[in-house]
Amino acid sequence: MDYSQFGAMLPELIILGLFLVVFLLDTFTKDGSAKRFLTPVTTVLFGLAAVAIWLIPSCGTEVFGGMYVDSAACKAIKAILCIGVFIVLLQSSEWVESDEVAIRKGEFYELLFVTLFGMFLMISARHFLLFVIGLESASLPLAAMVAFNKKHYQSHEAAFKYIITAVFSSAVLLVGLSFVYALSGGSLYFDDIRAAIAGSEMSGLLVVALAFVIAGIGFKLSLVPFHLWTADVYQGAPTAITSYLSVISKGSAAFAFFVIFVQAFGTVYSGLWEWMMYAVIILTITIGNLFAIRQKNMKRFMAFSSISQAGYIMLGVMTESALGLGSMMYYIFVYVVSNLAVFGVISAIENKTGKVGMDDYDGLHKSNPWLSFAMTLAMFSLAGIPPFAGFFSKFLIFTSVTASGSMPLYMLVLVALINTIISLYYYLLVVKAIWINPGEAKVEAFRSAFTERLALWLCVGGIVFFGLVPCIYDYCVNTAALL
Amino acid sequence: MDLNIFWYLVPSVIMFAAGVYGFITRKNMIAMLISLELILNSADLNFVVFNRYLFPGSMEGMIFTLFAIAIAAAETAIAISIIINIYREVGNSDVASVKQMRF
Repeated sequence: MDYSQFGAMLPELIILGLFLVVFLLDTFTKDGSAKRFLTPVTTVLFGLAAVAIWLIPSCGTEVFGGMYVDSAACKAIKAILCIGVFIVLLQSSEWVESDEVAIRKGEFYELLFVTLFGMFLMISARHFLLFVIGLESASLPLAAMVAFNKKHYQSHEAAFKYIITAVFSSAVLLVGLSFVYALSGGSLYFDDIRAAIAGSEMSGLLVVALAFVIAGIGFKLSLVPFHLWTADVYQGAPTAITSYLSVISKGSAAFAFFVIFVQAFGTVYSGLWEWMMYAVIILTITIGNLFAIRQKNMKRFMAFSSISQAGYIMLGVMTESALGLGSMMYYIFVYVVSNLAVFGVISAIENKTGKVGMDDYDGLHKSNPWLSFAMTLAMFSLAGIPPFAGFFSKFLIFTSVTASGSMPLYMLVLVALINTIISLYYYLLVVKAIWINPGEAKVEAFRSAFTERLALWLCVGGIVFFGLVPCIYDYCVNTAALL
Repeated sequence: MDLNIFWYLVPSVIMFAAGVYGFITRKNMIAMLISLELILNSADLNFVVFNRYLFPGSMEGMIFTLFAIAIAAAETAIAISIIINIYREVGNSDVASVKQMRF
């Protein structure tokens, strides 16, 4: 066996190395003395790893018989996700150091790195075996992370709901893959599947297989009608895990979804999965929006908001082109900073006061003007108000969908546009609570920790500048062409 | 009588249907987990049967099944540990008792 093949999987090896370092530090240092430094050391090391993953070139090689591909697009999305994870680490450090969690902080970082490793495998996989292994090693440790608040009942309830739906969805996915295997001529490589189903006529088995695969991955992405776990899990999980689930897990699954649908099932696009995804996207955007309107808990509210955002991300899959993938990666990048800004504010307030209700934000600008400012910008960006990055990401993804010029896709964009207006209502409800609602501030003035402020500044910088700096979009589209 | 592929696929379909039915109707967490195992096993059976009858020259389905079994075991282990946590909190393993967060 040629061990130099492992050189192509540098991002995975870096994350794995980081996992081992944290594991050894956690195991062989004593409580109270050296363990104090675990959080800063891990955060700094991960920051260096993220820089390294940005800088290493991708050579576009296939290793392990073509199971794993090291392409420019895969590396770009990994680098984007690394920025997101770095921000999550900064935001979570305050919670990790709290009395209740500090004794288990090593486990938190270990589980986080294992899930990230699984997501990286999932992104680069070009064979369904590697894809399933990546998917499972991404979703199983997440269940343990959702249950991390051992003394809170809601955390366990959320974890139960998460693990049951995760196992059900992967079981359905495996059944679907077994049908795909029957049709593929005895191979699970994406390329072989594509060649095998292009030659054969449409069979009922293929329809069932595709429906099962969409259902299986739709659960991970919380597309409607597979979204029912999302709100409960987001509400019950610790806030750091919720932000990780809603951004990193969703971004990697969306990219893997695109790769599977274009590379393995690309030839049956117009015949089969175009209308399936069409219906799923319209349902996702609309139902996510309508349920978000009536939420009073901020974490639940963000759950439905992220369901509807997943629908927008999936618009990129409908284009089935490199332009669509580039717009999707750009959307994910902008979504990472906007969503993490919201969760940064939520977790800062929750860490200090334990309040997560939307009416606790009444008059927040009187006591905490900077947090109010960050939250307002993030809400504007999520809703898509012009000078901020969210507007450009929505604009570019709509442009890429209508680029092919087909009438049904224009209708799809119309529905998405109408839903953008609906979403403006509930995003601005939060802004209204902060700036307009009368009464004294319910959250007293406080100064958040240095790491939280740093994370928020990073997010706000991204929200303001990503839309105005065109080279980021160019980078996404150029790398997407090299899938 | 000749045993063709049909005789293996019918049990697999029955297992899948029973698993989905059980997952929806059972009121006990452990019973739900058992139903999930039925669905996973039906997928494994499918892979092995398709490999044996359709593509006897290769081993890809068999290898996939080995990995799928290991993954299913890991899933069960985590689910059981979470159910034990819930049992400590509420004193039973009834699905109806985990309904604090709704709508």
